[in-house]
Amino acid sequence: MIEFILNNQKVTTDKPAGMSLLDFIRKDYHLFGTKIGCREGDCGACTVLEGSLTDGRVRYKTIVSCLTPLINVHGKHIVTVEGLNMEDLSPVQQAMADHAATQCGFCTPGFVVSLTGLLLSDEQKDPLQAISGNICRCTGYKSIEKAAVETGHLKQSIPEGKEIETMLEKEWLPDYFADIPELLKEIPPRTNAQDNSVKIAGGTDLMVQQHDVIRHSDIHPLLNTLPSDITVSGGKIQIGAGINANDFLHNSLIGEYFPSLPEHASLIASEQIRNMGTLAGNMVNASPIGDMNILLLALEATLLLENRSEKQRELPLKDFFLDYKKLDLEKEELIKYIVIEPQKEDVLFNFEKVSKRTYLDIASVNSAITVNSEGKTIRKINFALGGIAAIPKFMAKTSAFLHGKELSIDTLGKALDVLQQEIAPIDDIRGSKEYKRLLARQLFLQHFLKLFGNMLDEEGIYQLMTTKSIAS
Amino acid sequence: MKNIDTGGHVTGRSVYVDDIPELTGTLHAVPVLSEKAHALISKMDLTQAEKAKGIIGILAAKDIPGENQIGGILPDEPLFATDEVHYIGQPVAVIIATDHFAAHDARKLVKIDYEELDVITDPRVAQQKGQLLFPPRTFANGDMDKGFTDCDYIFEGRADSGGQEHIYIETQGSYAVPQENNNLKVFSSTQGPTVVQKTIARVLGLPMHCIEVDVTRLGGAFGGKEDQATAWAVMAALAAKRFHKPVKLILDRDDDIVATGKRHPYSSDFRIGLDKDLKIKAFEVTLYQNGGAAADLSPAIMERTLFHVTNAYYIPNVKATAYSCKTNLAPFTAFRGFGGPQGMYVIEAAIAHAATRLGVDKSEIQQQNLIDKGDQFHYGQVCDSHNARKSWEELHHHFNVEKARSAVNDFNKTHRFVKKGLSIMPICFGISFTKTPMNNARALVHVYQDGSVGVSTGAVEMGQGVNTKLMQVAARVFSVNTSRIKLETTNTTRVANTSPTAASSGADLNGKALQIACNEILQRLKKEAAELLKTEIVHISIRNEKVYIDDQPTELAWEALVEKAFLSRIKLSEVGHYATPVIHFDKTKEKGHPFTYHVYGAALITVTLDCIKGIYETDSVQIVHDFGNSLNLTIDKGQVEGAVVQGIGWMTLEELTYDQNGHLLADSLSKYKIPDVYSAPKVIETIPLVTNGPELAIMKSKAVGEPPFMYGIGVYFALRNAVREFNPETPLGYNAPLTPEKVLLALYDKKG
Repeated sequence: MIEFILNNQKVTTDKPAGMSLLDFIRKDYHLFGTKIGCREGDCGACTVLEGSLTDGRVRYKTIVSCLTPLINVHGKHIVTVEGLNMEDLSPVQQAMADHAATQCGFCTPGFVVSLTGLLLSDEQKDPLQAISGNICRCTGYKSIEKAAVETGHLKQSIPEGKEIETMLEKEWLPDYFADIPELLKEIPPRTNAQDNSVKIAGGTDLMVQQHDVIRHSDIHPLLNTLPSDITVSGGKIQIGAGINANDFLHNSLIGEYFPSLPEHASLIASEQIRNMGTLAGNMVNASPIGDMNILLLALEATLLLENRSEKQRELPLKDFFLDYKKLDLEKEELIKYIVIEPQKEDVLFNFEKVSKRTYLDIASVNSAITVNSEGKTIRKINFALGGIAAIPKFMAKTSAFLHGKELSIDTLGKALDVLQQEIAPIDDIRGSKEYKRLLARQLFLQHFLKLFGNMLDEEGIYQLMTTKSIAS
Repeated sequence: MKNIDTGGHVTGRSVYVDDIPELTGTLHAVPVLSEKAHALISKMDLTQAEKAKGIIGILAAKDIPGENQIGGILPDEPLFATDEVHYIGQPVAVIIATDHFAAHDARKLVKIDYEELDVITDPRVAQQKGQLLFPPRTFANGDMDKGFTDCDYIFEGRADSGGQEHIYIETQGSYAVPQENNNLKVFSSTQGPTVVQKTIARVLGLPMHCIEVDVTRLGGAFGGKEDQATAWAVMAALAAKRFHKPVKLILDRDDDIVATGKRHPYSSDFRIGLDKDLKIKAFEVTLYQNGGAAADLSPAIMERTLFHVTNAYYIPNVKATAYSCKTNLAPFTAFRGFGGPQGMYVIEAAIAHAATRLGVDKSEIQQQNLIDKGDQFHYGQVCDSHNARKSWEELHHHFNVEKARSAVNDFNKTHRFVKKGLSIMPICFGISFTKTPMNNARALVHVYQDGSVGVSTGAVEMGQGVNTKLMQVAARVFSVNTSRIKLETTNTTRVANTSPTAASSGADLNGKALQIACNEILQRLKKEAAELLKTEIVHISIRNEKVYIDDQPTELAWEALVEKAFLSRIKLSEVGHYATPVIHFDKTKEKGHPFTYHVYGAALITVTLDCIKGIYETDSVQIVHDFGNSLNLTIDKGQVEGAVVQGIGWMTLEELTYDQNGHLLADSLSKYKIPDVYSAPKVIETIPLVTNGPELAIMKSKAVGEPPFMYGIGVYFALRNAVREFNPETPLGYNAPLTPEKVLLALYDKKG
């Protein structure tokens, strides 16, 4: 049995664990405000709130219900647009109405839920981030932006950590929200059988790729077995593999050790997908353009793998990817932890990504780099590039070439020759191979312009960009 | 006034076809689609699929009681393919099951053996092979030989624009419910309820009166549900009739994106001639419309392209020839602008090309050639306003174009790796269905005895706010509060023989019909009031729900007057009928007066280009737009903003990539990217051109749906200018959309 709270009612169901929350909401509970737009997490019309009880408080985040297997909401509070309705319009609904931010209305409930998620969030964030996963085809967004900005102002009036209390007091949420923590406490945790069914974590990839199989299957949910915390021990940062992208990117420890990391968050997926997709999921998905892989390759991540009999082994992430969608992973092994070293003060980090649409898109080419240097001398470089090979690629040769070199236009030019020999992009929907080679050059140089702009002659970079061959 | 659906939308209570509570026993349908772009079907084996769990039956061509034909303009499109398939996604059968997923799963068990044939995806190749959907047409004016002889400069070039998928967030869908005596009620997400009704009748072999089509609202359409909603409604109806059960067919996004038509891609060759004063003396263009595998609405769309090849310019000598080329792709269809944008893109490309070669700014040529009152369009209609020039001048005045231009120049001098580009985009768009007989509409008005009003028209609400405008029209004519007016669903039993809600004409046509109906009832009420108040009808008026004698309010209020009229057995219902006057067009000469009026405007666009990564942002789109005398500026500005962003998507982002086998590679929202909140311009500012709207527009408020889409074309040229700032020698031609890939390659390509 799967048990959760849907708006103000307790739900107990024996529906398949892999059924999408979206179908359950619409078909079994006839809550039609949650819309089916794409079933792949790319439109946000099915956005709902997921509340989890931690330390007596319910923390809410937005998720797309199309990619949420029912079992993942066991013990949670799920809120659809209907669950936000009160006698009068909520302030978010009112803002959408006041700014004429709705035309055909089909995407509107998703926007209302996402912006309510902004108000409920326990951190301040850019209002546009909150709706980064919601697509509207009618309005051109300007009116929705105004509603979002107004919601952002409302958010500032809510003391941090007192979101629900404050919103209940202001009558911005229906009263029943006050009872949710008690109701959630009554739901017993679910014990998972270690069976042979499909293992699924956040669901953001498998629910797209294998929905036909998953939707009527029992599944083995990983979210409540995989660790998802971040700790520091023995001078290393140990990241629970089940952590989702947002919790990782906005984690306070990560922010402390990698201060420039959160600024890149917006380039990765959307708010809803970052709230769901796990780091480990991005790894085992093995996409050559997985953003998290590129980022963690540059951070020299090591994986801690564990099999069913709890036997562990360590493996550098760069050795994890063998070939296209082929991993050094035994059948019963799971990624348990991802281990990185805290960034030292003299190490610089940068992430770049180019996709057809800058946000909420899959990269044509993405790249991350860490550079450890002393003056103009490069001590060590870890350079990763995605979209240019069958795997997310740690650019071992290019990185090695640069070790110990003096940073100069000449060095970068020679490194570009090594780089072009090290990659083998193919033509696909994300771009032609010529384009990807060009992007590889540009993003490589962009890293150095961004990190060492003051040490490098701009004219020299310009010359490299306009004259340097991209042939292999 | 806000859109009247706002409250329902923000609370999730608005009902779309998939939200209609299902009746007990409802079945679900999923179409079986061709997996080959061009092939003979040598065998179709349904036995395994028929045995699958939950399957009620599978219907194919042999199960059609009437005609296996759904082509609207030309009868060239079967509902189900029989011997031969012509595009990937073409329906060959429909699976009916107790559950949507059961039908979906059974589809994998359908075995079709294909004998593959040659596939054509390129319209130029199709034209060379004589594969045309219908004969070409030429619109000509003046004397081309003389025109080009008089020119000081002549330039030739090629311009291509890609297609565009509608991505209405609500996919196509319908729900057919059997009624007694062989009748059917069909809820359809369609812009054309009558088209659906007529086509179901044709395929089922029934008279039209057996079929009732009802539409509450659409979750976006943009032209994609004008003709392309029909097939799915027909399939649901066919199955409902066959199995005597309600049948729902809602397309999954991946089926919708593959099986339904999109905006037509065009490829064109142009030749433009100018004199020393930059006056365009002659313009010749040959357009190859990629029509896909069947005509669909292509004849009308090609016609509108020919009407708009001169955009907002007066050119004395014009020759425009268009071919609608048959290819093995899903039949291309209506999409906001209906071929107009594709025509306007070519003349803008030609002007940009001439400007580049002459070393002048594009806007100098644009300004020299704006059409003005008294100038004749190449199709014979005479321009009746100064609005093209007035929009241009107001744009320069209000938004200080020269200052913006120098700011861009200054920025570019001081930034090596970031460049800005600026362009101006004037528009001129003709309003009316170019097929004259379609320009008519009806409205049914009931004034109930309590003074409330029910309005039914042929207009379909799809987010454009037509119902809100219609409510305003009824409220204004009666001079009552809008709260008294209710807009009913669009239903073929209440308002029959309607034209689709398309061509930006929904409010004009239906509003005029509504105005007529309301005025008829109003006259009767006034007559009743005159009798009650013992005066002459000429002295009676109703203002703010009160009866006035001349300028004096009386005690008689709306509700009481209606009640009295009811007791006096006055007819409180009326059907208004409107047929647009003035318009005509002679296809044998390709001359006439096809448009009720034109909509004008001009936009100033600035973009910023990251020349390292080849990615870009639209800084601002500032617009002077000719709304006429807007009935609802909130709604109209919303239409402008939405259209602009859709136009930007078409020109810079949305790319329909096909492989040579006719497979759409960009077949999901993760591969076909439409603008998100960050892709919208940082600023969209719209000010109305101060004019008196034309009498033939509803309450002088001009049609607004399509025209502003074309401002998006300006973003292409602003971006092109930014590329040229970084790489003046770029060989970048005219091949929209200008995606980040094309931009980056153009930034670093020196081959030119």
